[in-house]
Amino acid sequence: MPRRDARHLALKWFRELPLVPVIVLVMIWGSIVNPVFLTSSNLTDVATGGAPLGLVVVAETLILLTGKFDISLQGTFGLAPLLGAWLIAPAASEGLGTQWNPWFGILLVLAIGLAVGIFNGFLVIKANFNAFIFTLAMSILLTGLQLGWLGGRTVYHLPEVYIYLGSESWFGISVAVWVATIVFVIAELFLRYHRVGRAMYAIGGNLEAARAAGIKVDRIRIGVFVVASVLAAVAGLMVAGRVTVATAGQGSNLIFGVFAAAVIGGVSLDGGRGRMLGALTGVILLSLVTNILTLSSISSTWIDAVDGAIILLALGVARLIGTERA
Amino acid sequence: MEGNSPRGAEHQPPVGEALDVSKTFGETRALLNVSLDVRAGECHGLVGRNGAGKSTLVTLLTGLARPDRGSIRLAGAPAPSLADRGEWLDRVACVYQRSMVVPPLTVAENVFLNRPTGDARSPFVNWRRMRQQAHEVMLEWGFDIDVDQAAGSLTVEQRQIVEIARALSIGARFLILDEPTAALEKAAVERLFARVRRMREGGIGVLYISHHLEEIYDICDRVSVLRDGELVLTGAVSDISQPNLVAAMVGSAPSRRATEIEAVPNRSGLGEERLAVTELKVTSTGGSVEGVSLSVRAGECVGLVGLDGSGSVTLADAVIGLIKPQSGTVKVLGRPVPPGKVDAVLHRGVGYVPQDRHARGFAPQLGVGENLTLAVLENVSRGVLGVVNFKARDRIAQEQVDKLQIVAWSLQQPVSSLSGGNQQKVVVGRALAPNPSVLIVVNPTVGVDVASKEALLDAMRKARDEGMAVLLVSDDFEDLRICTRLLVMVRGKVAHQFEQPPWDRQQLIAAVEGLELVGAGDPQR
Repeated sequence: MPRRDARHLALKWFRELPLVPVIVLVMIWGSIVNPVFLTSSNLTDVATGGAPLGLVVVAETLILLTGKFDISLQGTFGLAPLLGAWLIAPAASEGLGTQWNPWFGILLVLAIGLAVGIFNGFLVIKANFNAFIFTLAMSILLTGLQLGWLGGRTVYHLPEVYIYLGSESWFGISVAVWVATIVFVIAELFLRYHRVGRAMYAIGGNLEAARAAGIKVDRIRIGVFVVASVLAAVAGLMVAGRVTVATAGQGSNLIFGVFAAAVIGGVSLDGGRGRMLGALTGVILLSLVTNILTLSSISSTWIDAVDGAIILLALGVARLIGTERA
Repeated sequence: MEGNSPRGAEHQPPVGEALDVSKTFGETRALLNVSLDVRAGECHGLVGRNGAGKSTLVTLLTGLARPDRGSIRLAGAPAPSLADRGEWLDRVACVYQRSMVVPPLTVAENVFLNRPTGDARSPFVNWRRMRQQAHEVMLEWGFDIDVDQAAGSLTVEQRQIVEIARALSIGARFLILDEPTAALEKAAVERLFARVRRMREGGIGVLYISHHLEEIYDICDRVSVLRDGELVLTGAVSDISQPNLVAAMVGSAPSRRATEIEAVPNRSGLGEERLAVTELKVTSTGGSVEGVSLSVRAGECVGLVGLDGSGSVTLADAVIGLIKPQSGTVKVLGRPVPPGKVDAVLHRGVGYVPQDRHARGFAPQLGVGENLTLAVLENVSRGVLGVVNFKARDRIAQEQVDKLQIVAWSLQQPVSSLSGGNQQKVVVGRALAPNPSVLIVVNPTVGVDVASKEALLDAMRKARDEGMAVLLVSDDFEDLRICTRLLVMVRGKVAHQFEQPPWDRQQLIAAVEGLELVGAGDPQR
C-alpha cells in the first residue's frame, strides 16, 4: 500500500510538473551545443539572469490564479527603479540632482509598485474594467513615462545600497537568486497552506462559489494586484542593480516571456489552476533556452524565432504529459 | 440529532422565515408582500413559473440581497447584516441551480471552502484534518465520494452532494435546494429524495424548489405557490390536488393537461424512412453506445429513454456528428452521412436541439430573430454576395415566434435577456425554421416552466403531424407524451421497445432502471 502510494505520488508529481523531462532534454542539448553550458559559472549566470524574470512570474502567477492578469507589470518593472535612481543619483550622472538617501530611493521603488498595484486593482476589480485592455494601457503609460522623463539617457553611478540586490553575492550566489528563491518558496507554501492562498484558487476556479462561501473576494483580488506590482518593482531593482545603471526602456517585452513561462509551467489563463512550482519550471526552461541560444552559433537575428518555436514545442509537450490544459 | 419525530417540532421557531417581504428591481416588481416559513424537520415545496419570483426569494433568504420591505428571520432571530457572510452561512445553506463547486480544488477543500480546518483560528490549512473531517461528513450522511479527487471530475449528482455536504458540515439547520433535480437522472433523483428525508428526520428544514410537480408530492410536507411575485397558495401537500396546484401556478389561463399521459393517435399512414441508424458503436465517457439500430419514419416521434450514462444522449450526439462513432452507419433519407461532420448532417436536412442550451443552443447577445434564423441564413440571403434579406429573415423568425408563443418585446431583443423557457423556445425554433425532414431533440424541456413546456411539446407535435421524423431523447416522462414509439436504452443497448401508447409509468421506470419487466416487454395492458 505505501509503495503504491509512493508510485502514485511520483506519477502525480510527474503530471503536475511536465516540464521537468523537457528541462533535462534541453540541458543535454545545451551540453552538446557548447561545452561551456554545463560549467557552474555559466549556470550561475543563468540563475542570476533568470531571477528577475522569476520574480515577475511569481507576481503574474498570483494574479492568473485569481482569474485576472496584469500586463503593466513590465511597466512597473521598468519605471520604479528608474524613478528611484533618478532621484538619488547626482546630476553629473544624469540624476535629477536631488541626491536623496538611497534608502529613500528603495522605499520609493516599493511605493511605486504599491501605488500602481492599488490603482490597477481598484479599477480592474471594483470599477470592473477589462483587465487586458486596462493593464495594456497602463503598461504603455508607464513605459512612456520612463521615456518622457529621461529620454534616452541612462542613470549611472548608483549608490551601493541601491544596487546591492543585483550585484552582491552570498556564498557565491547572487543575492537576487536567493531572494527570488525565497519568494518562490514562500509563495508555494502560502498557496498550499494558507487560507488566503486556497481562497485564491477558489476565486479563480469559481468566483460565485467563493463569494457565496464568504470569501472576501474583492479584497483578496485587489491585494494580489498590489503584491504583484511590488514584486515587479523589486524585480526591476534587481536588474538595475545587476547592470548598475537604470535605463529607460527596461522591461519592454518582458511580459510575453512572463506569460509564456507561467503557461508552459501549467498555470491556466482561466484561473484557479496551476502551481508555483510549475511556474518555476517554466522560468528555468525559458532561461536555459535563452542561454543556450546565446551560446550557440545561431545568428542573433534568428534567436527570437527559435525562442518562439521552442515555447510552442514546450506547450505541446506539457499538453501531452500534463493533466492541465496549457 | 434526536431520533424522535420531527413533526413534534412545530413549537420551535421556524428555521427560516420571510415576513411580508417585497423586492423591486428597477421597473420590475419581483416580490410583493410574501410571507413564508420553513419549519424544522419539514420539506417545504416552492413552485411557480419562470419569473414568478422564486430566485429572488432565494437571494433574500440566503442573504445575497436585502428586501425593500419586510424582514427575514432565521431560527427565530432577525437575519444578520448582509456583510456578515459567515453568520448567514451558519444558519442557511443553499444548493443553487448554478454549481457552486470549485472544479480545480479537491472534494475535501470544496466541503471546507473558506473554513478553518486546523486548530482554532489558525490561518493555515491542516490538510490531514480537512481530509479526515470531510471523509467523516461523507460517512455520517452516507455519501460515497472520494474526498481527494478534484471536484472537476465529479458528475452533476456528486457535485450536488458536495454542496449538500458543505451545508451539513457547517451545521446549518435550514437548507434550500433550488431545482436540484434539473440535471439529475431518475435514479439520482431517488437517491436525493432519500437524502432529503434523512435530513428532515434530523430536524433540518428544507425549502425545495422544483418545476416537477410530482416531486413536490413525493417529498414535500407543505407547498407554496408564487405567481407574478405574489404568494397565491400555501398549505399541506395532502390538501392540494395537482390540478389545483397547476391552476394556482398558471393563474387565470385555462389549465391544460399538465400531468396525464396523453394518448397518441395510432401510427397508420407513416411515411418513408427518414433516419436509419445501423449497428452504431460509440465510445464516450458520457456513456457508450454498444451497437444500436433504429429507424425513424416520416410522421413518427421516436422517444429514446435512458438514464444518464445509458448512451441515449451519446447516440444523439453521434447521429448529429458531434462525436465520431467507432463503427456503424447513419443514413438520412436513405443516403449515408459522413461520420463526425455536423455541418454535413445539418445540410442533409436534420434539425438539432442540443442538450445544453447555454453552451450550444444560442448566441446570447444576438437578437431573437437572428438566433431563430441562424440555420436558414443562406435561404434568406441574395445573390453571390450573400447579402441578407432582412424582410425575409424577419418573416421566417416571426413565424417561429408565433408558433412557439415566444414572449419577447421585439425580434431584436437579445436572447440572453429572455426567461429560460423562452430561450429554449428560441433553440427549438431555430431547429424548426429550415423545416428539416428529421428533428433530433435532446431533453428539450429541462428547467422550463409548465406553460413553456406545453408550447414546446405542442410545436414538436405539430411538426410530427406535418410529417417530420422526430427523435426525442429525454428522461422526462412528460416529454414522452408526443412520442409514438419508445426505445429504452440501458448500458448502451436498446433494452426494451414500447410500441403502443399509452405507456405504463411503472413498466417504463422499471425498464429504464434496467429491471426485468414483469409480463413481457410490450405492455398491451
